[in-house]
Amino acid sequence: MVVAKRRSGTGYLLLFPGMTWLAIFFAIPFVTLFMTSLQEPVPGKMGKYQAGFQLSNYTNAMAEYWPQFLRSFIYAGIATLLALVIAYPLAYFIAMKGGKWRPLLLVLVIAPSFASFLLRTYAWRTILADEGPITSFFNALHLLPDDRILNTGIAVVAGLTYNFLPFMILPLYAALEKIDPRLIEASSDLYSSGVATFRKITWPLSLPGVVAGTLLTFIPAAGDYINAELLGSTKDRMIGNVIQTNFIEFRDYPTASALSFVLMAAILVMVFTYIRRAGTEDLL
Amino acid sequence: MRWLRRNLLGIVAILVLIYLFIPIAVVAILSFNKPSGKFNISWTQFSTDAWTNICGVPGVCSSFVTSIQIGIISTVVATALGTMIAFALVRYRFRGRSTTNLLIFLPMATPEVVMGSSLLALFLNLRFPLGQWTVIIAHIMFIISFVVVTVKARLQGLDPRLEEAARDLYADPKSTFRYVTLPLVAPGIAGAALLGFSLSFDDFIISYFNAGTLVTFPIFIWGAAQRGIPVQVNALATMVFVIALLIVLSSQLVSYRRRKKLMST
Repeated sequence: MVVAKRRSGTGYLLLFPGMTWLAIFFAIPFVTLFMTSLQEPVPGKMGKYQAGFQLSNYTNAMAEYWPQFLRSFIYAGIATLLALVIAYPLAYFIAMKGGKWRPLLLVLVIAPSFASFLLRTYAWRTILADEGPITSFFNALHLLPDDRILNTGIAVVAGLTYNFLPFMILPLYAALEKIDPRLIEASSDLYSSGVATFRKITWPLSLPGVVAGTLLTFIPAAGDYINAELLGSTKDRMIGNVIQTNFIEFRDYPTASALSFVLMAAILVMVFTYIRRAGTEDLL
Repeated sequence: MRWLRRNLLGIVAILVLIYLFIPIAVVAILSFNKPSGKFNISWTQFSTDAWTNICGVPGVCSSFVTSIQIGIISTVVATALGTMIAFALVRYRFRGRSTTNLLIFLPMATPEVVMGSSLLALFLNLRFPLGQWTVIIAHIMFIISFVVVTVKARLQGLDPRLEEAARDLYADPKSTFRYVTLPLVAPGIAGAALLGFSLSFDDFIISYFNAGTLVTFPIFIWGAAQRGIPVQVNALATMVFVIALLIVLSSQLVSYRRRKKLMST
């Protein structure tokens, strides 16, 4: 960097308002969330809680809701893998063959997000309807255990895959775009097959994009409850649904906070081990 | 067969793009539907009723306006705060850089349900009344990071020689900033604001936790999903989609023309 970085009070002044906002409304809430998760019921008063240190909130919540936890991670995991498989060819195409159309193609990738998330999810009810072409096709092949897609886990995973696809495509594109095409040419000049070039050159170089993309897809998918609510049945509920109902409908704040805290902790642990194992710490 | 193999990648890419737009096509097509029952799910009959009477169902337009208001206020504040942070990160030295970076990265790596519920826990403990202001506070919070990332990228991509040239020509720091830096960063800031607005306008999960009885457009849709989403909602969403697409495409066109002009001179 040619511009010498200045050391003066201005830097702190510029940081102060925004960072204070994040500290108060992002960081401190985790403290209140943790405190709420340890609250105990006020004796004799239903639905009232007071400060406490009730670790049993955690064990009770996990004992009751571990299936939803597991399901969230499984659904989000499958959706992330599917999104990677679907996104890679498009990201590769835009980066390597897009030419002057690249900006336009990227706009087309983001454009779906301009239409309401909820409505786009709801639209899958029409696309995957029981008598619709997609369900009929898979039924003709006898591939569906329940003879339907809608209101099953398949629909939820399909919705998650679709909704978070742009978050996979964009980081993949960013990584693929940086690859020097001469490396790929050199590889084929040396009589490497297309598959070998991909395995030895393209894939390893795109790894930072793969890591960023899988995280940006997995994290929101694991916490999502819109797809499970709109496309699944009550048997397909995810942990987000449980947190939302306990917080907003049952007003069981300690249980909901405990679940929320465990979800965050689980995701942070997964993110940091994953980033470390993939050797992409500089993503942070 | 050989043609297929050579163009396989392009065909798959186009299929994925089509896949991205299928649900939007469904939303748009169903905005011209006259559903037979409560649920606007399958095609019944062509009708422009929803478009000619777009506020015909109570709650649709008021929630839409609420979302636009919240979007504008949140975007303006978050863009200002985020842009300042981006400048500090790229242009200034300060202590606690890694903590700062972490605090900016984490909101983007936190599931919305966790952010929404923890913020609600804060507001409940403070006995802060839920409503428009809590939603705005929440939106500003989660938009800031996206603004920082977007503006920072633009700032880092600036050619430092342009500012050096201004200084060499005896421009004081203030005018260098006003006449050189700011106009060069402006497209990044505009892009960040557009992104921020679309994130705010479309946010459901964090808003729902902190809205109390306030109804934003996504919250209206969520409530309506159980008893049938009015066709007007499809019309409004289609309209928003088309307008947003036009804004982005025209800005792309402008920057494309500018680049072409620069190259020919």
